[in-house]
Amino acid sequence: MNKHSDLKAARIVGGVHSDQRHDSAHKHVAGTAVYIDDMPEPAGTLHAGLGLSTVAHGILKSVDLSSVRAAPGVVDVLTYEDVPGENDISPSGMHDDPVLAEGKVQFHGQPIFCVIAETREQARRAARLAKIEYEELDPIVHIWGLDPEKDKQVTTPLTLKRGDAAAAIAASPRRVKGSMKLGGQDHFYLEGQVALAVPGEDDEILVYSSTQGPSETQHMVAHALGVPSHAVTIEVRRMGGGFGGKETQANQCAAIAAIAAKKFKRAVKIRLDRDEDMTATGKRHDFVIDYEVGFDEEGHILGVDYMFALNAGFSADLSGPVGDRALFHCDNAYFYPAVHAKSAPLYTNTVSNTAFRGFGGPQGMVGCERVIEEVAFAVGKDPLEIRKLNFYDAMGVAGERNVTPYHQKVEDCIIQRIVAELEESADYAGRRRAIAEFNAKNRFIKRGIALTPVKFGISFTKTESNQAGALVHVYSDGSVHMNHGGTEMGQGLHLKVAQVVAEEFQIDLDRVKITATTTAKVPNTSPTAASSGADLNGMAAQNAARQIRKRLTDFAADRYQIPADQVVFLPNRVRVGNQEISFNDLVKQAYIARVQLSAAGHYKTPKIHWDRAKGRGHAFYYYAYGAACSEVSVDTLTGEYVVERTDILHDVGRSLNRAIDIGQVEGGFVQGMGWLTTEELVWDEKGRLRTHAPSTYKIPLASDRPKVFNVALTDWSEAYEPTIHRSKAVGEPPLPLGISVLQALSDAVASVADHKVCPRLDAPATPERVLMAIERLRAETADK
Amino acid sequence: MANRLSRIRLSRRNFMVGSATAAVAMPLVGARAGSQPERPSETIRYTAPVKLTINHQPYELNLDLRTTLLDAIRDHTGLTGTKKGCDHGQCGACTVLINGTRVLSCLTFAVMADGREVTTIEGLAREDSSLHPMQQAFIDCDAFQCGYCTPGQIMSAVGCVHEGHAASEGEIREYMSGNLCRCAAYPNVVAAILQARDETRKA
Ligand code: FES
Ligand code: FES
Repeated sequence: MNKHSDLKAARIVGGVHSDQRHDSAHKHVAGTAVYIDDMPEPAGTLHAGLGLSTVAHGILKSVDLSSVRAAPGVVDVLTYEDVPGENDISPSGMHDDPVLAEGKVQFHGQPIFCVIAETREQARRAARLAKIEYEELDPIVHIWGLDPEKDKQVTTPLTLKRGDAAAAIAASPRRVKGSMKLGGQDHFYLEGQVALAVPGEDDEILVYSSTQGPSETQHMVAHALGVPSHAVTIEVRRMGGGFGGKETQANQCAAIAAIAAKKFKRAVKIRLDRDEDMTATGKRHDFVIDYEVGFDEEGHILGVDYMFALNAGFSADLSGPVGDRALFHCDNAYFYPAVHAKSAPLYTNTVSNTAFRGFGGPQGMVGCERVIEEVAFAVGKDPLEIRKLNFYDAMGVAGERNVTPYHQKVEDCIIQRIVAELEESADYAGRRRAIAEFNAKNRFIKRGIALTPVKFGISFTKTESNQAGALVHVYSDGSVHMNHGGTEMGQGLHLKVAQVVAEEFQIDLDRVKITATTTAKVPNTSPTAASSGADLNGMAAQNAARQIRKRLTDFAADRYQIPADQVVFLPNRVRVGNQEISFNDLVKQAYIARVQLSAAGHYKTPKIHWDRAKGRGHAFYYYAYGAACSEVSVDTLTGEYVVERTDILHDVGRSLNRAIDIGQVEGGFVQGMGWLTTEELVWDEKGRLRTHAPSTYKIPLASDRPKVFNVALTDWSEAYEPTIHRSKAVGEPPLPLGISVLQALSDAVASVADHKVCPRLDAPATPERVLMAIERLRAETADK
Repeated sequence: MANRLSRIRLSRRNFMVGSATAAVAMPLVGARAGSQPERPSETIRYTAPVKLTINHQPYELNLDLRTTLLDAIRDHTGLTGTKKGCDHGQCGACTVLINGTRVLSCLTFAVMADGREVTTIEGLAREDSSLHPMQQAFIDCDAFQCGYCTPGQIMSAVGCVHEGHAASEGEIREYMSGNLCRCAAYPNVVAAILQARDETRKA
């Protein structure tokens, strides 16, 4: 349909800074949005079912698959011996992540073999018939109890230091030392891991993969097949959620489907069921955080020392960089005069943990906010006062309190203003008084409140990941085809990038076609992660569009014999000297004049650099800020609680699309809240995950979100750096807003001991844990 | 035996009888097959013809008796709007309406819907193919992000309104708590239901 665009409009429909509906909105509500499991299967498609390890650690003594092979519908069974290339999908190049286990198993649920059958049902049933003998070895299941200095680590740890922390702590008037356990989190993307591989000619293969990192998946599949990357194409139109869980974890399914498809010369589909998905794929890292802090009587932090021990699981995966990002955020929004912080990515016999929205950053901030709490209880002040005392200098203040533990100067700090505005709009002081009165009057129900800030660094710390590509075609009818390296998982990335392209050409948004991400159109892309999707791909698409616009401008100037600066792109039309012609007509003329109307765009983030060995650099291009104020009520007899109200003020710079950004902020907060409250992963002593379905693993429900929920974006902030239209990244920064709920629970718990003792509430703060903290505090204060 | 069973025509009435027979029969088969222990009893397929009416469209399917309504819909009728999130009755992604009442299609055998009217997300739009008010409200309120839970949310929302459990925001939150949304679009889902409630009652 070639709809006529408005040639008199003052503004295009759907440019940047306008609230547009998600591009797939109609398809989502009509049920016509196609996810990989919804695609029509090519004739003869085979289905894969995984055979998983039933022990957490052991030598594979014998693997008898004869019954599996004999089961109805089974075409064949693949083991590591069927991997034609390298039996490895380690994203960090450590060679420690087999596609299928070889010789030994290192976690309960590790894929050992894969059944290929005519139907999915047959493959799954047959997979249960294997006879595997293990020589069981003792598994390491938890990281508590491990020594972060001495026990086995999966990769090199990081140390950050500025000043002499030990000396500063020793010289401080007050000191506190403590430790905190912080649980992991399952991604629970509603669409599980899935891949459909379709074999092509020679060594070619096309894999539809629910992946956040198509290029990475491409390289892994090529590696496993033993073919060059050019033989492998990865395509993904959309995912039913990713949250980091499809950054590297999609590779295994993609590789298995591809290997089988090449072997049998038929399309092969693999889709994990929920329990398998939760058992066999990596999660957010759980941490043990040890801290020591020195401070003065006022509550100024003078020096701090952290050890962030993280549960990497059995392989490195992304644990190195996740630990790094925890350290990068151990300052949250606060200046430390002296700091020493270390990570320890510890080996255990559990599934290899991976990226999850925030990528270690939230864990760093939870540790930091515990330290703030400790200081507050020690000096007898409201934690919010301690926060305000220790903030980095505000943007524009010529002070010295602006250097991070990694020696980057914080130049864009706006946390003071955000916190001040939120304090006001949420009536923090008034409610704090009201809560004190409420608690004095109520014996069993206690309320608590907390206002916590967020400062989140934007950029990949792996410098080469900070680049992106895009491909833009303008067809001779003036319609535009847009493609870029980012993937859509619900965050509205494609829409934002399309808005950028529409803006460049000054055409209505519906003239820009959003297309599936594919490695065949844009190569060597970075995973859609680190919140970088719109920042990087928006810039790359803008670059491509600008190249074409420049060619159109030069063409028009030449054709109409006027200076180039008299060619102006107006909504859906172009002013050429004194006349206006429609965009479509200009494009047509340019085509006839043989002007190239296609361009590949590229972008690389300026300024950033990072020297890991030295622990110094300009690791982040800029920071995103936000704050949340949450109030809870806790039943002190059962530990059960309700989030009564949450107010959020969050900074997204000049929003490209407020409707999308508000959804990200709300969703991020709720996910962060879930992580710190109800989402508990439980492994038994044999290393078996006991919470592998939503029956036992509790993500937030509609009834769990705050009863009153006020979410606002700062309408005054804009990115300090020239980002895409001065917007800021929004995927991850809102997640740690959930810390306000953990701290509010802690505040409510503290009320049972008159706020004299720091409750040291670990996370997830399930009702059980809240109750235990209450009992502990009561016992401690009763002794005195 | 398998053949005999597969010839039993099931109706809503005799399904319970039929399934009880099957439940008793299976262990027997397993026991008799003791000479070939690795041959699983599951390999004997009990199939039955099932008549489903989905979105006013009749389907005659020959299904393994254990086929869930969800799999029948997705794999045998090609209607892929209904999603599978857990296959355990715990996430709500597979919610459909049977005779106007919401059910989890992953916990319902297809044979149980024999002769009944099933409505999926694809059948919610009106005859002129304009959207149902609930669908429109989900668009208006941005009540999704990745969209994977959305068909289930919408079907559940329609059911929730018809059950009379949409009187207040609190009630909606409670009665929609069987539908997980990992993107946590919950505030907007509730807003959408409030917006579409009155029109849905009429629809
Ligand atoms: S798929 Fe039916 S409830 Fe989850
Ligand atoms: S919109 Fe993604 S799960 Fe609900």
